[in-house]
Amino acid sequence: MNTLIAIAGLGILCLIAEIFNLRKAIVPVTIIGLLAILGLNVSEYMDLGLNTAIMERNEGFYNNMIVNNSFGMAFTGLFIVLTIFLVAMTPEFHKGHKAKLSDFVAIKLFLLTGAIAMVSFGNLAMFFLGIEVLSISLYILAASEPKNLKSNEAGMKYFLMGAFASGIILFGIALIYGATGSFDNAVIYSAILSGDLPGWFFIGIVMLTIGLLFKIAAAPFHMWAPDVYEGSPALNTATMSTLAKVASMAAFFKLMRSLNHEVSASYVAIIITVSILSMTVGNFMALKQNNVKRMLAFSGISHAGFMLMVLLNPPAMSGVLFYYAAAYALAGIAAFAVILYVTANKENEDIYQFNGLGKTSPLMAATLTLALLSMAGIPILSGFFAKFFLFSEVLKTGNVLIVIVAVANSIVSVGYYFKLILAMYTKDAAENTQKVPAAYGIVAVLSILLTIAIGLYPDALLGLLK
Amino acid sequence: MDVSFILIILLFGAVATYFVGDKWASKAALLFSTAAFAATLYVIYRYNIGEKVSYFHTWISKPRILLHFQADSLSLAMTALTTVLTPIIVLTSFGNMFPKTKSFYALILFMAFAMVGTFLSTDGLVYYIFWELSLIPIYFIALIWGSGDAESRKKAVVKFFIYTFAGSLFMLVSFIYLYTKTGSFLNTHLYNAHLTEKEQFWIFLGFFLAYAIKIPIIPFHTWQANVYQKAPAVGTMLLSGIMLKMALYSIVRWQLPIAPQAAAQYKYIFIALCIAGVIYGSILALKQTDLKKLLAYSSLAHVGLIAAGAYTLTIDGFRGAFLQMIAHGFVVVGLFYAAEIISRRYNTGEIADMGGIRIQSPKFASMFMILVMASVALPLTFNFIGEFEVLYSLAQTNIWFGVLGGTTIILGAFYMLRMFQQVMLGDKGAKVFADVTFGEGFVFALIIGVLLFFGVYPSPIADFITPDLQKVLLHINQIN
Repeated sequence: MNTLIAIAGLGILCLIAEIFNLRKAIVPVTIIGLLAILGLNVSEYMDLGLNTAIMERNEGFYNNMIVNNSFGMAFTGLFIVLTIFLVAMTPEFHKGHKAKLSDFVAIKLFLLTGAIAMVSFGNLAMFFLGIEVLSISLYILAASEPKNLKSNEAGMKYFLMGAFASGIILFGIALIYGATGSFDNAVIYSAILSGDLPGWFFIGIVMLTIGLLFKIAAAPFHMWAPDVYEGSPALNTATMSTLAKVASMAAFFKLMRSLNHEVSASYVAIIITVSILSMTVGNFMALKQNNVKRMLAFSGISHAGFMLMVLLNPPAMSGVLFYYAAAYALAGIAAFAVILYVTANKENEDIYQFNGLGKTSPLMAATLTLALLSMAGIPILSGFFAKFFLFSEVLKTGNVLIVIVAVANSIVSVGYYFKLILAMYTKDAAENTQKVPAAYGIVAVLSILLTIAIGLYPDALLGLLK
Repeated sequence: MDVSFILIILLFGAVATYFVGDKWASKAALLFSTAAFAATLYVIYRYNIGEKVSYFHTWISKPRILLHFQADSLSLAMTALTTVLTPIIVLTSFGNMFPKTKSFYALILFMAFAMVGTFLSTDGLVYYIFWELSLIPIYFIALIWGSGDAESRKKAVVKFFIYTFAGSLFMLVSFIYLYTKTGSFLNTHLYNAHLTEKEQFWIFLGFFLAYAIKIPIIPFHTWQANVYQKAPAVGTMLLSGIMLKMALYSIVRWQLPIAPQAAAQYKYIFIALCIAGVIYGSILALKQTDLKKLLAYSSLAHVGLIAAGAYTLTIDGFRGAFLQMIAHGFVVVGLFYAAEIISRRYNTGEIADMGGIRIQSPKFASMFMILVMASVALPLTFNFIGEFEVLYSLAQTNIWFGVLGGTTIILGAFYMLRMFQQVMLGDKGAKVFADVTFGEGFVFALIIGVLLFFGVYPSPIADFITPDLQKVLLHINQIN
């Protein structure tokens, strides 16, 4: 709870700092502040682990609006780390618009508060607030280049579709309220346990599912993602594909774990269908892309398909989801740090822009290679363990078919990840590229080191969620 | 000093080689790979006098994954093969000037590290990780330092990567399935998993896909010849000399003991596939006009025979396969080195453009002759011992397997000697061929020495590995 208030306060501080002409201090202060908040989060997590009384009471703040538990706090930690990386790259990316720096940083912080609310809510109203705060921040970020036609298109598209999805989610919440008489998770949960629910409760669940499938960009609700990812300024694409996607997935999981206590066979069938569809559509469409941002958008769709598998048996999967989310998001940040560097001042993000990067900047090329290998699931990198843990848990539920499809999809994904690697190492550079900006270099290296570290010590993350 | 030291030396060597810079990289690589070989010899010595050389450590508690490097005679023999071939392979590249030398040699050492890890791990998942890890360096070695047109090289190498990656993923699924059954990845636990026949069949098939692609057994061989031709000589040597031995070794270490019933039930089908590969490889070798491709197909025939020997489930087949693995490792490195020397001096890979070497360099011609003789398994060479035992075991299983497998010797003699004639003899070409340097001669002498020594006196290796092979066989027979 304290972390949430502190982050919101930090966001407001950013806006005020601009008024008092302290522009230079914004980013360092924000990063230090976020690090301090991360420390606060860790210490609260430690208290939680040591003081079992809190766990048992499971008591929340503000009439149970926000609940502190290990799930929420672990994800909060991950989101803060991701935001630190994103904020660190902001001044370099927006160096043409110095006057707007405070806005971009503040919006990212507000986005973070939305994401945190989405994983630590105790009440559906809070969940909806979280998802709206996150979405509205993303709409603004998508359209943040007013003179760029594509950015306008992305913002408009995202806003229209996203608002529609939010409407469906809200409708679902209303139906659930109608069935149980409460927004409170605990009350709804006990109503489910007592059985005897009206039919529209399940309609509500289905509408929530549809809305959230849209937010995580799973097929067949994925149509917006490629256009929005391509049109948005690259740093904001990074935000969407890492922080926002992972936050939506975690919220989806948390919601379904409490609302969908015993996963019914028909719901499993839906999840399997959507998961297989997302993986396959995402991967096969990604094979055809020439634009790297579009390619990563489709790759993100296929990763959403993988992550959806955790809904097959929620009680055993929270650790797996957290690990997968961390591995995917950190590799994504590393990849985008390199993409931002390569495509700065270029008119497009096509693959040929990466030609010869292996020669002109070996460090950045190696980072991008490792990030892509991790996403493809090559061992020792964390992406492999993410898939491995996921597959072994899913096999325990007896769904062999989906695992085989997922394995086949992993093979397909190698095809397009390697397209980029090949461009970097086998082609010659067209022109001399500029020096690597310090911010991109540091973020890329740090995030890839984290990716490798959690691959070497998976216990560290898996153990956080008991 | 336990087996983990070998791994540490190689991994540290890879990092150090990268950081000493381009000028000293080759020397550093030679130093560390030789050190690793020395360490292997010392470990084998300690193993022989009965001291503890295995390394156990828990890596991940849940799911339970263990860093277990169990040394037995089989894994030690393969480790020794890897660590002795690595310095030889490093030596063969001394004459070449590569761009980005430090990355090149660092990748070689890293690959040796991954391959040794594959041979030593007894935890299925760690084994899988090392197995996949060895794929990354060879991918880059073939891609960046390969020869020929960049586009077609890229195609061949990517095909190779996706092919082998796809195969090993099915092995991973098999491992995960076994884990859900037994709660462990440790091979001794997996051996006693009590699987039903149907489960055994699918798991056997999952492993088979991974190994058949790597070895390669037809019809999974299509990546091989192109990659052997396009990769730099060092990459080809690593691939054919050591890397495909990973798969052959894994048949005996993992596939057969985990699914023994399936192995016994379907052995005729798999032996038949391997033998088909032997004949197919030999016939294709007859038709090749490119020296490296000819050697690639001849290698396809030989490894098919090794795999057939392993699938017979007899002690002769196992022992023959292991001896032949070691012998083939040396011969194939020698042959590809010779091919590299010729094509470097003549600037061509076409057999038709060669000739007239014997007159100019009798030394090179006679060394090449011995290698050719070893490759066709002439008695008194190491290859004869292994090939003979494998053929014997095949004939025991079914006389026709023996007969058909035996055609490899006849066909092999035919295409290898014809190749020798066209490449080495004659005088009309009369292109200038510089005599072998001392370094080149030294490498050949090493390889030929090993081949002849163990050809005359194979019992040190044969006696070393037989008890552990018998243990594997005993387990298979117990379950059946």
